Amino acid sequence: MIAAAFIAILVTMTLAIVRALLGPTVYDRILAVNMFGTKTVLLIATLSFFSDRPDVIDIALAYALINFIGVIAVLKFFEYGELGHPGKRR
Amino acid sequence: MLETLLDVASWTLIIVGGSFGIIGGIGVLRMPDFFSRIHPAGMTDTMFAPCMLLALILQSDTAIVTIKLLFILFFLLVTSPTSSHALAKAALHGGVRPSAEEAD
Repeated sequence: MIAAAFIAILVTMTLAIVRALLGPTVYDRILAVNMFGTKTVLLIATLSFFSDRPDVIDIALAYALINFIGVIAVLKFFEYGELGHPGKRR
Repeated sequence: MLETLLDVASWTLIIVGGSFGIIGGIGVLRMPDFFSRIHPAGMTDTMFAPCMLLALILQSDTAIVTIKLLFILFFLLVTSPTSSHALAKAALHGGVRPSAEEAD
């Protein structure tokens, strides 16, 4: 059962990576990497069930937040050109 | 008896969620335009992740694992529409335009 979950998550991750390599614009790549990040969270959670270690779930919890903040930071950099901008449009 | 019922429910959720995830992955590859690709990516965040996490919640042994999985589910459900909106807004300000057919 956990093996079936692993296979589904890995197939979805592979499809996301193909879009990250193909995507003509940079926003396609950001979308694919965001999708890859949320699938990584699921992969770590199923890994903790597969290897009978309940403390690995904390890594998944931390990575869910890091992924979101990372994507927002990259989008701010692409919109304003720098990370310290106060937030008004150029 | 109860373990069999939980196993059947977990299998169902994994199969349903897995098919949503793979269909979403194929959709991200086959959609013609950037703005239409946001929908399959959001579909994997909204259908695949909660189904998989619910299947894991039904299989957990202790209460603390269930609480942590519920936290992960809550964070994913709150942050995924936010990042989809931020991505669409940044793309629109960056100059990407949806490809529309010419009016006849």
